[in-house]
Amino acid sequence: MKEGERDFNREKENVAKPVREIVVPGDLLDSGKLKPGDGTYVSNGKIYASQLGIKSIKSNFVNVIPLGGPYIPSPGDTVIGKIVDIGPSNWLVDINSPYPAPLHVTEVPWKVEFGDTARYLNVGDTILAKVLLVDETKRVQVTMKEQGLRKLQGGQIIDISHSKVPRVIGKGGSMIQMIKSYTNCRIFVGQNGRIWLDGDIENIVYAIRAIKMIEEGAQTLRLTERVKEYLESMTRSGLNGKQQ
Amino acid sequence: MEAMRLIDENGLRVDGRKVDELRPIRIEAGVLKRADGSAYVEWGKNKVIAAVYGPRECHPRHLQDPSKALVQCRYNMIAFSVMERKRPGPDRRSVEISKIIAEALEYVIFTEYFPRTSIDVYIEILQANAGTRCAGLTAASVALADAGVPMKDLVPAVAVGKVDNQVVLDLSKEEDNHGQADLPMAIIPRTGEVLLMQMDGHMTVEEFNKAIDLGYKACEKIYQLQKDALRRRYAVEEIETFEEAQHTQSAMEE
Repeated sequence: MKEGERDFNREKENVAKPVREIVVPGDLLDSGKLKPGDGTYVSNGKIYASQLGIKSIKSNFVNVIPLGGPYIPSPGDTVIGKIVDIGPSNWLVDINSPYPAPLHVTEVPWKVEFGDTARYLNVGDTILAKVLLVDETKRVQVTMKEQGLRKLQGGQIIDISHSKVPRVIGKGGSMIQMIKSYTNCRIFVGQNGRIWLDGDIENIVYAIRAIKMIEEGAQTLRLTERVKEYLESMTRSGLNGKQQ
Repeated sequence: MEAMRLIDENGLRVDGRKVDELRPIRIEAGVLKRADGSAYVEWGKNKVIAAVYGPRECHPRHLQDPSKALVQCRYNMIAFSVMERKRPGPDRRSVEISKIIAEALEYVIFTEYFPRTSIDVYIEILQANAGTRCAGLTAASVALADAGVPMKDLVPAVAVGKVDNQVVLDLSKEEDNHGQADLPMAIIPRTGEVLLMQMDGHMTVEEFNKAIDLGYKACEKIYQLQKDALRRRYAVEEIETFEEAQHTQSAMEE
């Protein structure tokens, strides 16, 4: 009986499933064969959802892809932060999570004298940073000492749900690459759901609309094609002939 | 004293319900734009709105707990929610209700996932007609789920009571005021654990047991409504092809 059940699940895994199941906290996900993944908890040997999200089964793990919730930093994430406070030897960065992230002067590409922090980064500045470490009480440290990490000058920032970031990036960066090439914008996407864009005003507007489209329709069919269509129509009819 | 007849000869109550019938309940998730999660509940003549903020940085700092999140709740009745204008602001009753709701929710939320933060729940009673703490708790748990807070289960709550020597479900205002007992309760439907139980008045052991049974059954129904409300909120996004699912998956692992 149990074996048969398993085979049935296997089959469902391999065959395309058009409808993805929305689960709410307390929903039974699996009772036995699979392993508990993200957004789940185990009680009496059965796996239940702990978050509102979409059920997904991958290599014997049941996961719940959350539809909301706060961004929880994890080491290695690239994030876009805002400087909210400065001290003599560190800055405090808001990375759109419940936890503030200190940025120490030793983690910065410049040589900063003690007490001279405001010369390099001031309150209100935005930076591209990387999460260095997160300890068990969720104390965060960020760094800028890596290639490509820097202060972001000019441009605009928009916020989206952090759970939609993978969709905005697309498979191997395909989606974001498409938006970049159609709009001629410079774009950085932070793992924390912040997106920085710079370019022509109209182009920024198109890029933002495209991103909002992705955010709203993250679970829908043929999203890439639709975004492409949108971008094509906008940039052709639009005020910038530069593209063509 | 007991001049009022609350159950007629046909066994129907003042508002025409049977003894084991709930008032009509409508739940909607995600009604507030700026809150992290929210819910609106219309429960008979009760109107309740709940908003959840967080997990967010806990202020004041001395309340922070390095091992878990703090669940804070404010239950508030708006001045115009009752027939006679209520003096605004917290009173003894709402402080008590805030506390018991916070404690009920704390038990289902995985607070240890978010050390040093607070999860703030605000419950506003826009219109009251008995059973607002149950409606408030029901709304709060939907709002928490909407905010993406990880938790064991949703929390349905309902009041049972005794009126005209009969055990009845979901007391209305008249029944609450002139009845013999009122017993609000909240459970975890999956395990049957009790999260909240208070009693005002007198019941025999048999009546109490009967009331609890009635309450459990009603909670199951409310639980279903809560789930439906949450699913409805995201129903638009339900279609995705298998390839795209794989996309999301592989992109998430980067």
